[in-house]
Amino acid sequence: MEHGAPMREFLGMSFNLSNIMMLLVAALIVFLIAFISTRNLKLKPTGMQNFMEWVMDFVKGLIKSNMDWRDGGRFHVLGITLIMFIFVSNMLGLPFAIVVNGDLWWKSPTADPTVTMTLAATVIILSHYYGIRLKGLGQYSAGYLKPMPFLFPLKIIEEFANTLTLGLRLYGNIYAGEILLTLLAGLASASAFGFVAAILPMMAWQGFSIFIGAIQAFIFVMLTMVYLSHKVADDH
Amino acid sequence: MFFDHLVLGATGEFLNTGDILATLVIFILLMLLLKKFAWGPLMGVMQQREDLIASEIETAENSRQESQKLLEEQRSLLKEARTQAQEIVETAKKQGEVSRQDIIATARTEASRMKDSAVQEIANEREKAVAAVREEVVALSMLAASKVLNKEISEEDNRQLINETIAKAGDIQ
Repeated sequence: MEHGAPMREFLGMSFNLSNIMMLLVAALIVFLIAFISTRNLKLKPTGMQNFMEWVMDFVKGLIKSNMDWRDGGRFHVLGITLIMFIFVSNMLGLPFAIVVNGDLWWKSPTADPTVTMTLAATVIILSHYYGIRLKGLGQYSAGYLKPMPFLFPLKIIEEFANTLTLGLRLYGNIYAGEILLTLLAGLASASAFGFVAAILPMMAWQGFSIFIGAIQAFIFVMLTMVYLSHKVADDH
Repeated sequence: MFFDHLVLGATGEFLNTGDILATLVIFILLMLLLKKFAWGPLMGVMQQREDLIASEIETAENSRQESQKLLEEQRSLLKEARTQAQEIVETAKKQGEVSRQDIIATARTEASRMKDSAVQEIANEREKAVAAVREEVVALSMLAASKVLNKEISEEDNRQLINETIAKAGDIQ
């Protein structure tokens, strides 16, 4: 159960090579899917182009449900990339985990809190950046005193809570899924009886994890747009 | 790091700064690459389609109006043609009536003229026939008389007398 991580020191920073590899794999898969399905684009779409257009419209719908498209259009690319990247990342850890010399190499990159917190923090920082850029420093600051000035401390806490929950929700769901998959895999490899006993729960849990992975990708992007709209849109 | 006990494969590091950097770089790079190679072109095509549909709808609306106008025009033309046809039929009817009257009148006069000439002819013929019969009667009478008298009487002398007698007889009759 207890696996190590392939840690390396480089330029005074510590790298988890497994994370980096899995991030690259996820990025590569997303890029290939998107790249291949957008070759020879047609006005009358077929096959994968339909799928990619559905993803685009889906994210567009998420953005539109939170803010005016005039404000939100700039987040479209961010939203599509996030949802594809997180979904693929969530799926990566499902089929297997690879452990080499006690180090865990193959897993979901989103099963590491550093990765998810980085994404969450990026989103929150982006929301502050666009808040200041689009509404001006004055209006942005005034936002902390709404609806009541005495709520100011809560507003400050909210920003940190948002970051933490956004990152840890994704991490927790995927991590828990992988823990249980690891346990079931351990049971399956223990004995012949264990193998038989593990088949059904394994299949059920993997199916559920696919569902969880999709839901979490959706929730992450949805909340991203909610937080962005809080800072960017006028009518909130 | 404070997440250490949560990570699959925990380490003693304080903070995985390298991972943070890698995540950021990889994600941002992926986003830029996708924007250039996938999302950009795809959005372009979707925009193009949107424009196409908008222009098609506009064209359809225009041609609908056009055909509506043409239909109106055709309808009024048809109406006009119908009135004209009506007029023509009317005129032809009138014309027909007039020429019918004409023909009848002409025929009538012609018929009466022919009848008149026929009557005239008959009268003439009758006259002629009467004259011929009269002549014959004179000749026969003379022959008869000459035979009765057995004596040659001058035809020239008596003709006048006989003619008178016959005329008198015709009058009495």
